[in-house]
Amino acid sequence: MKEEIIRKTKAYYCLDCGKCTAVCPISNVRNGYSPRKLVTLTVNRSDDYVLQEAGLWFCLTCRMCQDICPSDVDYVELTKLLRGEAKKAGEEGRCSHGGALQSIMKIMTAPDLKQDRMGWISSDLKTSNDSEYLYFVGCLPYFDTFFSDIKANSLDIARSTLKILNLSGVEPQVIANERCCGHDLLWTGDFENFKRLAQHNVNEIKKTGAKKIITSCPECLMTLKVDYPDLLGKVDYEVMHISEFLSDKLSQIKIKGLEKKVTFQDPCRLGRFMNIYEAPRKVMKSIKGVEFREMKRSGAKAICCGTAGWINCDAFSKKIQDERLKEAKSTGAEILVTACPKCQIHFKCAQSEYGKEKSKDELKIDIIDLTTLLALAIGGE
Amino acid sequence: MTEKNFKPKIVVFACNWCSYAGADTAGVGRLQYPPNVRLIRVMCSGRIRPGFVLKAFELGADGVMWSGCHFGDCHYVFGNYRAVEQFEITKNLVKMLGIEKERLRLEWVSAAEGGRWAELIKEFVEDVKKVGPSPLRKVQGFKSSKVQGKKEM
Ligand code: SF4
Ligand code: SF4
Ligand code: FES
Repeated sequence: MKEEIIRKTKAYYCLDCGKCTAVCPISNVRNGYSPRKLVTLTVNRSDDYVLQEAGLWFCLTCRMCQDICPSDVDYVELTKLLRGEAKKAGEEGRCSHGGALQSIMKIMTAPDLKQDRMGWISSDLKTSNDSEYLYFVGCLPYFDTFFSDIKANSLDIARSTLKILNLSGVEPQVIANERCCGHDLLWTGDFENFKRLAQHNVNEIKKTGAKKIITSCPECLMTLKVDYPDLLGKVDYEVMHISEFLSDKLSQIKIKGLEKKVTFQDPCRLGRFMNIYEAPRKVMKSIKGVEFREMKRSGAKAICCGTAGWINCDAFSKKIQDERLKEAKSTGAEILVTACPKCQIHFKCAQSEYGKEKSKDELKIDIIDLTTLLALAIGGE
Repeated sequence: MTEKNFKPKIVVFACNWCSYAGADTAGVGRLQYPPNVRLIRVMCSGRIRPGFVLKAFELGADGVMWSGCHFGDCHYVFGNYRAVEQFEITKNLVKMLGIEKERLRLEWVSAAEGGRWAELIKEFVEDVKKVGPSPLRKVQGFKSSKVQGKKEM
């Protein structure tokens, strides 16, 4: 099995150069974590020792290292597959929040669950039962509730997305029986449960007859677009992120404008994985009054928000988040725009409770989603 | 599973200083109450997190009770106020997941209230019996890596 993983991820070609460790945000703050070491451990040891390495669970799967690797070692795939093996052997990452989010995901694999997740659709928002568009909401209703103590307001993203879609002339389907896309289970090695969720969602989507799926979450985007077909074969729907959808719709929407300086956090899944850098920037720049400022590390060099897959959130994650918030602030921006609900949660967390001991002003910057920014600008607030 | 022979599995989280002691009082007084409950002792009701409850449901519990000291009695002064906040979040998540509200309950029981403890458990077991087996019992993946293979009790 290990042989196969090594071959598949081209780990054999590792030159032991250490470039990956040099750019890794975790290695940067956490002494002793080194992707290079994990690659060589995997390749050079004949036994399965690497599966017991705690370091296996530290990786954010942010793909920073992979893009710089001269040998094109697929490090994130290696991490994913090794985690799958480790999981079989009973190992697990340290689940944040007492495993609550993992439980939510696993509960959602139950075939006859009757979720009550549509409460956020207020009467001014329009949906339909036969549109060719479907808005895949993802876990936003759960995040909104679970992270109510840090005022994550994740459902603002859903409402803004729907509002924008309505204004672009689309009244999409929204399905009550949608499940978590399974992204985090996949990336933490729980392939069995991921498959159940994937199967379920693909069936539900098929039932609606929708051909165009819009997501407001880059992880849902990637999972539906890349990982589902990988696992289940060709799907007959197209998936796009809301920023892509907006590309040719912006001129149709009346936007009053917003007098703000903003900067942007490129989410790993949207940027390095799906190669969408321009679309969100185009949305921001189309707003009258918005002054866009780029962070020093942006685009393909953007630093991850510090935690992934709801595992291993710790002081090191906070350090990454603090640094990033300071970087955002140093651009002179008043708003840090993100396009991923999780980036938002992680940064808000760093600002809130934990921030009590820190000088608050240092980290203080408004954090909102791209869709929320646009919705605000449309209203002219 | 027919309604008749349905034996609900109930998980009860009880704080060390009041409700767990209350269960002891019930035992010492030889008060009978249904044997469907698995009692898990925690130091304070404020220690119980949404994750505890969700994990119990994930693993097939038909009902979960969250219990602690009465207000003013918490050994750690404000632990049970914290518990109320966390319980609210948990309740909303459980509702969203489509798990019936009868399956989750918050109760304050003091160390002296052995009789009340027995009554509460009786009542809770009856309530859960009425709503029937948890919809999650049928989850194929209804086993975590750690408890896999354990026999159904
Ligand atoms: S950058 Fe690539 S070749 Fe260099 S040590 Fe890392 S994995 Fe090996
Ligand atoms: S994917 Fe990101 S976190 Fe993981 S080793 Fe590479 S750079 Fe570090
Ligand atoms: S010790 Fe009983 S609730 Fe805190």
